[in-house]
Amino acid sequence: MQNTTLVLRLGLMAIAAFYFGRERSLSLVGGHGHGMALHSLPGYYGYFVAIWVVLPALGLLLLWVLVEPRVIVALVVSGLPESYQALPAGELNLLVNNIRNLAAGDVVSVDVDAVLRDAAAQFDNYAAKSRQLLAVLALGIAGLGGTIAWRRIHPDLRARNRVEHVVRWFLIAASSIAILTTVGIVLSVLFEALRFFQKVPVMEFLFGLNWSPQTAIRADQVGSSGSFGAVPLFAGTMLITAIAMVVAVPVGLMTAIYLAEYSSARVRGIAKPLLEILAGIPTVVYGFFAALTVAPWVRRAGEAAGFEVASESALAAGLVMGIMIIPLVSSLSDDAINAVPRAMRDGALGLGSTRSETMTKVILPAALPGIVGGILLAVSRAIGETMIVVMAAGLAANLTANPFEAVTTVTVQIVTLLVGDQEFDSAKTLAAFALGLMLFVVTLFLNVIGLGVVRKYREQYD
Amino acid sequence: MPRRRRREFTFRLLGMIATGIGIVFLGVFFSSLVAQGASAFKQTYLQLDIELNEDVLAPGGQLDLAYADFDSLVRTALRKELPEVSSRQDRRALYRIVSVGAAYQVRDLLEENPGLLGTTQTLWVPASSTIDMLIKGNIDANLEEALRPVSDRQIAWVESLRAAGRLETRFNKALFTNGDSREPELAGIKGAVMGSLYMLMVTLVLSFPIGVAAAIYLEEFAPRNRWSDLIEVNINNLAAVPSIVFGLLGLAVFINWAALPRSAPLVGGLVLTLLTLPVIIIASRASIKAVPPSIREAALGLGASQTQVVFHHVLPLAMPGMLTGAIIGMSRALGESAPLLMIGMIAFIVDVPGSLTDPATALPVQIFLWADSPERAFAERTSAAIIVLLGFLLVMNLAAVILRKRMERKW
Amino acid sequence: MTEVTPDKQVPPPAPNRRDAPAVENTVLREMPKRKTVLSGETVGNIHSENPFMVAENVNVHYGDNHAIQNVSLEIGKKEVIALIGPSGCGKSTFLRCLNRMNDTIDTARVTGKITLDGKDIYRKEQDPVALRARVGMVFQKPNPFPKSIYDNVAYGPRIHGLAADRAELDNIVYTSLERAGLINEVKDRLDEPGTSLSGGQQQRLCIARTIAVNPEVILMDEPCSALDPIATARIEDLMDELCEDYAIVIVTHSMQQAARVSRRVAYFHLGLLVEVDKTDKIFTNPQHKLTEDYITGRIG
Repeated sequence: MQNTTLVLRLGLMAIAAFYFGRERSLSLVGGHGHGMALHSLPGYYGYFVAIWVVLPALGLLLLWVLVEPRVIVALVVSGLPESYQALPAGELNLLVNNIRNLAAGDVVSVDVDAVLRDAAAQFDNYAAKSRQLLAVLALGIAGLGGTIAWRRIHPDLRARNRVEHVVRWFLIAASSIAILTTVGIVLSVLFEALRFFQKVPVMEFLFGLNWSPQTAIRADQVGSSGSFGAVPLFAGTMLITAIAMVVAVPVGLMTAIYLAEYSSARVRGIAKPLLEILAGIPTVVYGFFAALTVAPWVRRAGEAAGFEVASESALAAGLVMGIMIIPLVSSLSDDAINAVPRAMRDGALGLGSTRSETMTKVILPAALPGIVGGILLAVSRAIGETMIVVMAAGLAANLTANPFEAVTTVTVQIVTLLVGDQEFDSAKTLAAFALGLMLFVVTLFLNVIGLGVVRKYREQYD
Repeated sequence: MPRRRRREFTFRLLGMIATGIGIVFLGVFFSSLVAQGASAFKQTYLQLDIELNEDVLAPGGQLDLAYADFDSLVRTALRKELPEVSSRQDRRALYRIVSVGAAYQVRDLLEENPGLLGTTQTLWVPASSTIDMLIKGNIDANLEEALRPVSDRQIAWVESLRAAGRLETRFNKALFTNGDSREPELAGIKGAVMGSLYMLMVTLVLSFPIGVAAAIYLEEFAPRNRWSDLIEVNINNLAAVPSIVFGLLGLAVFINWAALPRSAPLVGGLVLTLLTLPVIIIASRASIKAVPPSIREAALGLGASQTQVVFHHVLPLAMPGMLTGAIIGMSRALGESAPLLMIGMIAFIVDVPGSLTDPATALPVQIFLWADSPERAFAERTSAAIIVLLGFLLVMNLAAVILRKRMERKW
Repeated sequence: MTEVTPDKQVPPPAPNRRDAPAVENTVLREMPKRKTVLSGETVGNIHSENPFMVAENVNVHYGDNHAIQNVSLEIGKKEVIALIGPSGCGKSTFLRCLNRMNDTIDTARVTGKITLDGKDIYRKEQDPVALRARVGMVFQKPNPFPKSIYDNVAYGPRIHGLAADRAELDNIVYTSLERAGLINEVKDRLDEPGTSLSGGQQQRLCIARTIAVNPEVILMDEPCSALDPIATARIEDLMDELCEDYAIVIVTHSMQQAARVSRRVAYFHLGLLVEVDKTDKIFTNPQHKLTEDYITGRIG
């Protein structure tokens, strides 16, 4: 909360700086009514000073927030008795955590001894000092920056250009966040995955047929090593994706054709928003529906037909996922069909083809690249879909192509491996990041190709 | 020719069926949702005359709200209602028809009005969830006794209470005022709704300005070079990256590296910010593109700088479209749950969060948690929570539609 | 002779649009090259009696497209000069060099020298924003801001800090509207949106908006091409009055208009300035074959 008040104070200083800057610029040219003698509008001189008050101080604040915890921990650790400092990194970490919790007044998991209590007091002490120091420094820098900027005000100072320069840098920074996000995803996933591959060979992960990530708690337990062959997960993902596509592609495509070619404007006006609603339903809701309504229904239907159906069958999850993807396929197909020039359609109709012949012989072949691109995007969406499979597909890694059996998927395993408190460097946790890397790479590949194809196709008829 | 006509007919029929599938699904989905969830907005209550006995509550003359035995007051009241129940076994069965929440209710009453000590209060207290299910008809009383969770005697007591006007179904306020609970009749969505609200706040505050700024830069300032191409491709791809991958990013960066607290709405909001940013950027760019270039030329011709053109003219004109994009991004963020599981927003949390760093969960995650509970009463509440979630989404999307309608002006 | 589309159908290059450049000289490939006639030298007299804005050897490239080649021209104080020529001849491009509107197009490159009152407007210290306050511009299609009539006119003075207080601003707005001949039509509805006016009124509003910043030169890019004859006549009358205070450079597609309003005429062809002279001389006795072809209606 200390930081909040600091930021508030900086904000007040900035407002004051704005007024001082503006007034100084005006007073330099002889007061109100002589603004024309200034290079920029008086307000820009105000902004100029305000920026110099706020930016350096905020930079310091940010740096402080990033560095402060590490410095304090290092200081506290160096103040501990040597026997403690000699502890292995993991235990030391635990100790530091306890000290931090104790300092914050939380419940601590171990008995509190004198050393711990002293360390916690030290921790509090350092934290308080750090806060004071930060407040003094930040406000000092703000004041200094403001004064310098204020003194630099001159009728010829290009205040507007300077302010706009800062604004432009802010805009550039904002647009770079998208890049930073991608870099962040790649780095974080790749880094943890590499640590995983130090424990489990890449080949075993990519081609192993056995997935049972349960590592034992005690070293002497049976099967303590766990096995990380991800092929059953890939197969399960593929199976469910395939089922979803079998539902979504024909239905989505035919819907798009019907709405584009046959339906009256009134039907289209009703059906399109309804399909959009379908696209807006959260996936967790689809998952609930799949698990509680569709799965039992699939099971009863299957058993009535004489099949043995698992209660968490791949079919139920795949069906619901297919329904979820229908709007995506139909809207992308709709775009593709509508992009085909009218002249092509009229030409075919003029030659005496029926509408269905025009569609299948002329329009669909012409729209095919756009549709294929859309399908690739839909596949990527199905592979990455999480909630439906977490709720309706199983956990057992069966290697099967039977849609009535339970299979598990990459996303299900990521969730199961990471939900709950975990040690962060166990093979089990790291495996989730290796799976995440696979997921990211595959969907990225599909997206790049799909988006590329769709865009090329659109440009072709533009 | 007849064959061609027949094929034309089949093709058309297939199209109609395909369109129908989606719409029929929607119908089935909503009707089953309402059928399952509507009853959760009601809850069975019992009326009891509870004597706030000083001897029980304050044995040493000192009332300690934390340790006083409110349960026994409720039990006494219940016994008074049905005096014929005598055996110990029967009494235990009798106690199970009232929720443990009854005792909390009495405690809260005393906490507010300590002066009530020693008086007798007539209160409506929640019945236990099995009785609630029985009253709502979700438990079949005609089933063999061993196969259902309520015994014949319990049914008889409930019937006699009902006959005496002591049992009623009323609006289920607990659903909206309580946090999560292990007892279905006490479980509410307030905690989850507040958690979602905090997250959306963080998301909106960060993603809207950043997204708009990025869109402005890309549309109005960026020179066309490799860097801006890269950003462009990147944003389009980010919009299609599976949301769970954003969760992995959040776990690795915000929780492990930056050491932010687990389960906190702050972290959830940060992750959702990254997730919605591409949506907002893409929508904002489209709406900036829609501002006619002649407006920019007019301002430039008057001697406005590029920045002034953007902030005085383009931005105000593009604002409705940007807001629409923001609302759509927010509604996507509100329905998102997978990345939140990764950053620990899946814990069982009873308290309603009061700040950005309190442990919290989100409405969709609450749905996920309840959907996992075996009790019939939770299934009902899951549907109710879904109805509430869809209600929020509906309102947001309506707002977006209205904004879009108003935006459609001609220059 | 290749058919040339009227200039007004070719959109002017939009600022900062990626797809914008390369629209100007689309005719280049279609026109038969007549090297003997189109030599690149300007005939007639490029000089003005009282030069105020001087262009020397101006070249403009849009990417690989050489849109304007070696154009030199003097623009006098308080003089109306008309730029005429078939579409894609570079007259609008040249106009946009005079207030550096071409700066907003990424691929545009301007070389040569243009001075305003003796100072190079492409020199490094020149702020293009300040330049555009001195060299105002009126566009082909009326483009009022979707704001009130008052705010439309007040915008320029506001961003340049020309008024110390509200009364002064009111005064500027009132006089500008008066000089643009619009005040009687709008004085009771200054807070209505500028877009609610008729096309001709909108264009006069745009002129009022331009003169509100008190420029020295006004550039007009086919200001009447989107207007009906009556509105056109009003604008032409207005230009007659305005040239008492401002230098006006007008690009026009109508030779009658050029003859009516201008004192001098410059004829552009395929990016070259072919001929410049007094208006009556150009229309009665053109020196260059191409000019003659154009004014007699054989080109464009």
